This record gives sequence, structure tokens and C-alpha cells, in this order.
Amino acid sequence: MNEKVDVLIIGSGASGAAVAWSLAETKMRILCLEQGDWVKPTDYPSNGRDWEARLFSDFAVNPNRRARPTDYPINDANSPIKVVNFNGVGGSTIMYTAHYPRLHPSDFKVRTLDGVADDWPVDYATLEPFFAENDRMMGVSGLAGDPAYPPKQPPMPPLPLGKSGQRFGRAMNKLGWHWWPSDTTIATVDYDGRGRCLNLGHCTPGCAQGAKASTDITYWPHAIRAGVELRTRARVREIALDERGMASGVVYYDAEGREQFQPAEMVIVACNGVGTPRLMLNSVSGRFPDGIANSSGLVGKNLMFHPYALTYGYVDEPLDGNHGPPLCLWSHEFYETDHRRDFVRGYAFQFGRGFGSIVEAIVSTAAGRLPWGEEHHRIYREQLLNRRIGLSAICEDLPEEHNRVTLDPVLKDSHGIPAPRIDYTISENSHRMMDHGIARATEILEAAGARNIAVERPILNGGWHLLGTARMGTDPARSVVNEWGRCHDVKNMFIVDGSIWVTAGGVNPTSTIQALALYIADSIKRRLADATLFD
Amino acid sequence: MDRDNPLTEAETRDLRALAALMIPASDVYGVPGADDDLIFADILRSLERDTADARAALALLARMAGGSFADLPAGRRAEIAAAFKREGGAPLFALNRVVLLCYYRDDRVMRSLGQEPRPPFPRGHEVEQGDWSLLDPVRGRAPFYRRAP
Ligand SMILES: Cc1cc2nc3c(=O)[nH]c(=O)nc-3n(C[C@H](O)[C@H](O)[C@H](O)COP(=O)(O)OP(=O)(O)OC[C@H]3O[C@@H](n4cnc5c(N)ncnc54)[C@H](O)[C@@H]3O)c2cc1C
Ligand code: SF4
Repeated sequence: MNEKVDVLIIGSGASGAAVAWSLAETKMRILCLEQGDWVKPTDYPSNGRDWEARLFSDFAVNPNRRARPTDYPINDANSPIKVVNFNGVGGSTIMYTAHYPRLHPSDFKVRTLDGVADDWPVDYATLEPFFAENDRMMGVSGLAGDPAYPPKQPPMPPLPLGKSGQRFGRAMNKLGWHWWPSDTTIATVDYDGRGRCLNLGHCTPGCAQGAKASTDITYWPHAIRAGVELRTRARVREIALDERGMASGVVYYDAEGREQFQPAEMVIVACNGVGTPRLMLNSVSGRFPDGIANSSGLVGKNLMFHPYALTYGYVDEPLDGNHGPPLCLWSHEFYETDHRRDFVRGYAFQFGRGFGSIVEAIVSTAAGRLPWGEEHHRIYREQLLNRRIGLSAICEDLPEEHNRVTLDPVLKDSHGIPAPRIDYTISENSHRMMDHGIARATEILEAAGARNIAVERPILNGGWHLLGTARMGTDPARSVVNEWGRCHDVKNMFIVDGSIWVTAGGVNPTSTIQALALYIADSIKRRLADATLFD
Repeated sequence: MDRDNPLTEAETRDLRALAALMIPASDVYGVPGADDDLIFADILRSLERDTADARAALALLARMAGGSFADLPAGRRAEIAAAFKREGGAPLFALNRVVLLCYYRDDRVMRSLGQEPRPPFPRGHEVEQGDWSLLDPVRGRAPFYRRAP
């Protein structure tokens, strides 16, 4: 029997790491269970000559393709957007591209402002100090003064513009549209023990230099030094309930595949927008036959992804290619609702540099741009290699209950735990938003001198933002957790990952996921202090 | 079965003939073809999780060739390859990907593209800072984020 801990966190990714670090100062006994392993810097693909090939094998973004023993399968057949993630210490931040915008103040008030979905029970002003604290802990590079946001001060200077950034900047100026160097969690100077970015250009499948802030090298070293225990290869099957209806601990499988029970005073779930509802739906009891803390029936529902519309083209000179972090600029010109358009809400653009030379050859062959035979060499060299520029519209998905995570009746992981199944369709509103984004992106690319413009809509392996499947709210009938992350139904169980989002905004979510996790940790600390935590 | 080659001898011959059509050697650019000894050995070693797709694609190729694709006369091979490219679907895409992954990491090919044959880490690359005055028009813009109640 394992000794009881005060706080049990499940999942060591973006949110689990932040909450662990923040709670460490309480000196409670804190344990995090993580199904995956630590990733060593020497494991990352950019150490080897086969670095692009590993994007299609052990560092593939899609867990069904990657299929490490630490991954779980996902039935994504009924979704035009496939879930991508990473399972290990650092979670999906091992694989993320480190583009790091915050939600806007308006994103928390969409019902009030636009009459759709629901307002959040928290707002930007409440989260503001936690955004700033998280920026410091993750190490954000960027430039103060962006007119698209309330004032903020990234602790490091921005990424270089490079050739592609300048081309985009000129094009946006010609059109008179907003653009700005992105906030990223890529160190542009040496920072908190991390070396600065060397432009390996291979951020997504992990940064061998440690310049990209995955939480295994940001929050975790600090949390572990402060006394938090992190147990890897510990896959949680279910959260157990005691006779009072409180979470009593979890059942998990250890590295040897043995079933273990870990008792705890409180449980914090941080398994992401797919892993969390999967775990909750797998945790059934007499009191919760449809999954723990699911009296609302909303666990797993309202899945939001951000459909990505990628538009790209080719210019007549070599640009940065894959050299340098891929995402360097954003535009929030079309972020807000404009009643002259045929859709509500909006999207941000993220501008990309280019692709690695082999990935370029692969996608161009698939798209029919790169032929077989004698002409292959000329076209590749003269028209494709390092000539790509592109941008994606990150479209705000509205919550719809039929978009959901359920348990697959057949598919199971290597421990026999039922795997998640995704049912998801892109709404008419999102389709119109993508149309608009593609039309504007085409104008931008033309202004940047690009030709052979092509589109990928939605990006197939683009389910990287996993949101909404255990939403926050003040009404227990319409939400799973309250305004500070505690489950309405189980008073010592909290959720801190992207599941709790009410709406999705139109930006990459991790900055806001982590600010929320810090805010929830702070709420827990305050209620511990006045002994109201479980009231 | 050979640890470095999961294919049968007939499949291997057909794949080699196909690789030569996909990316032929070129005197103009001074590069080997994808059927070059070193590159082809790398392709066979790297089929890994694409082996089933590769075999499915090669089975279709053999069906379309009415037997051994490699033994057809050159003109007929080119015709069949063109049809195969249209009809090969996902298995051919997977096979083609492995060919490209191995071809473009060959030292000779990389040098011909002006690339250094080395992994990205630890030396990295240069990216120019660029002209930050381009941002001046945007710096001059008034804050335009939507105020929330
Ligand atoms: C390819 C890619 C690119 C991305 N790019 C960006 C970007 O540029 N900007 C951005 O903001 N976001 C990006 N994201 C998304 C970002 O990674 C996520 O938003 C973020 O990591 C989510 O944090 P989380 O804490 O909710 O979950 P995660 O970070 O996914 O962590 C969940 C952890 O829980 C563990 N876990 C799950 N179930 C169990 C269980 N039953 N037992 C034990 N452990 C379990 C998992 O192993 C995992 O480590 C990207 C993601 C991917 C995959
Ligand atoms: S470009 Fe920078 S952040 Fe990305 S992998 Fe290379 S060193 Fe790391």
C-alpha cells in the first residue's frame, strides 16, 4: 500500500507542472503520476541525420502513428481533425511549437459581447498576474507594445524576423493590417539555466538545445527541488471514491504493469482535453455510473480544437526554410466579431517560416507539385526548396455538445484501459471563418510575392488544442468544475488542463491553460489558509 | 528474412526499378538516383513501420505490371509507373515518403543542394534579425483590442 499524499496530480504536462510548482510552497506532500517517461536532450531527433524521418516514427505528433508503449491509442476515425499530443514528462509541451499568445479580454465574455456560447466565470483581469508569473516561469520572448493586447512585458527579446518575417511584414504593411512578432516560449537569450535558441529549426519534435520551454525543463526542476515527487510510467486507470463521495485516491499501473492504489487527500487532474474526460469516464461508481463528477452529463462534451486553415505559396528566392523556430509572427487583424461578415467571432493568423527540405519534398510530391522523373530535380531546386511561406488561420470553434470524447467500446491501451473515441464535425460558422481566413491569407501571400498558392483545410493532424470537455461555470447543471477549478460533484477533485475552457478563443491556448492552472493553485492555497477548501 | 530488408527478392527488384523512375540520377545536377546502392540500402533499412504499406503498394504495382515490374521494357515501365502514381493511394504515399526521406539525407545529395551533411544540433543555423523599422506603422497604431465589460 502506498503512503497517503496530500495532493495527487495526474499528468505532468503544461498545466500539471504549473500547479505542482505553485503548490510546492505549501510544503504539503505532493505527488504527480505521469504515464510517460522523461525525454533526454540526446533523445531528440535534431541530434541525428535522420531528424526529419523521426517526425514520422517515434516523434510523430499523432499518437496512433508514434505508438510508443507510453502512448494510448485514440479512435479518431469520425473526426476530420486528428488528435495530436505527447505523453511524457512535459506532456504535449515536448511537442508544441511554442507559439504563445494569450486569450484576449473579450474571449472571456462572448455571450455578453456576441450573444453566443457562454461567458467564462473568470476574466482577463483576474488572470493577468498569473499570465505574468507564467511568462516568467516558462520564459517568454516577445516585444512589448502590441496594440492588439492590453500592455504586457515579455521577459526576453523577440525571435529574429529573418527573411520570411520581413517579407510578411512588408506585405502586411502594404495591406495596412496588423502584424507583430509573436510571443514564444523560445529563449532568445540564456534564461533560467536554458541555452538560447540556435535556430536548429526543429522545435516541434523537441528542442535538443533546451531553448524551447517544455515544462520538464521549466517548472519541473523547480518543483522537484521544492519537494514534489514525480513518478513516471504510472498510468492512472481510475479515480476512486469513498463513502462520503470524496476522491480517495487513484488506481494506476506502475512501470512493471502492477496495479497500485495511491491514496490522497485531494486529486488534481491535468491529463488534457482528451485524457481528462477519458479518465473521468473510466472512473465509474454507484454514485457516478456515467463517470466521476459527471452529474451534468457534460464530461467529454463540447470538444473544441481550433480548425486550422493553412494557406501557403512559393516565392522566387530561397528564404529561411526550416532554419529558426517555425512560428515568428502573428496578426490579430481579424480576431473580433465583425457584423459585416457571415460568421461570428474570429481568428488569429500565425505566420510560418518554411519546412525542412525533406518534408517539403514529401508534401510537394503528395500535392502533385513535385514530379517523378528527370524534372524532379529542377522543380525541387528552382521552385520549392526553401521557397515556401505560409500562414494559418486559427479559427475559434464554438462549443457544441455533439463534438465529444467518449470511451471506445473496443479499442484499449496496453493496460487494457478503454481508449478515447472522438466524434467531431466542423461547424458552418467555422467553415465560413476558414473561407474568410483563406481569402485574406491569399491576399497576404500575393502581396508577399508568392505564387502557386495552395491550401490545407483543416490541417489534418491539427488537433493540438484540446479544449472544453469538462467546462467551468457557476451552474452545476451546465458545467463540471466551478470558477476555481473544483468539481461541483466531488469537493476534493480539481481539473486544471484545457478541459475546463468555456470557449476557445482564436489563439494557441497553452499560455492561458497555464495561467488558469496557476490561478486555480492560488485559489487552493487561499482556501487552505482559511480552511474552506472542501466546503 | 534479412534484418536490413523486410521485402522479398521480387519486391526488392521492383522497388529498385520504381525508385530509379521516381528520382533518376542526373548528370546536370551531379546526383545519384534513388536506386543508388547506398541510398537504396538505406530505403530498405528504413521501411520500418511503413513495411506493410510498402508491400501493399508493391503488390498493386506487380498486379498492374502483370508480373515483375522490374523485368518490363523501359517504356512500359514508365507507362505503368505513371498509372501507378495515380492509383497507388495511401500505401504508395507511404512508400514514396521513405524514398524521399532516404534520398535527401544522402551526403552527396545534400551537398549538391548546398547543405552541410550534418544534424541540426549542436551547430544550428543563422537567421538574420531583419529590419525592425518595418514594424513602425504598427507601433503607431492605437490599441485596438476589444474592451470587455
Ligand atoms: C504538435 C503540437 C504543437 C503544438 N503547438 C502549440 C503552440 O505552438 N502553442 C500552444 O499554445 N500550444 C501548442 N500545442 C498544444 C499544447 O501542447 C497543449 O495546449 C498543452 O500541452 C496542454 O497542456 P495540458 O496540461 O492540458 O496537457 P498535456 O501537456 O498534454 O499533458 C497531459 C499529460 O497527462 C498525461 N496523462 C494523460 N492521461 C494520463 C493517465 N491516465 N495517467 C497518467 N498520466 C496521464 C500525459 O502523458 C501527458 O503528459 C501543441 C501541441 C502539439 C501536440
Ligand atoms: S530553433 Fe531554437 S527552439 Fe527550435 S529546436 Fe532549435 S534551438 Fe530549439
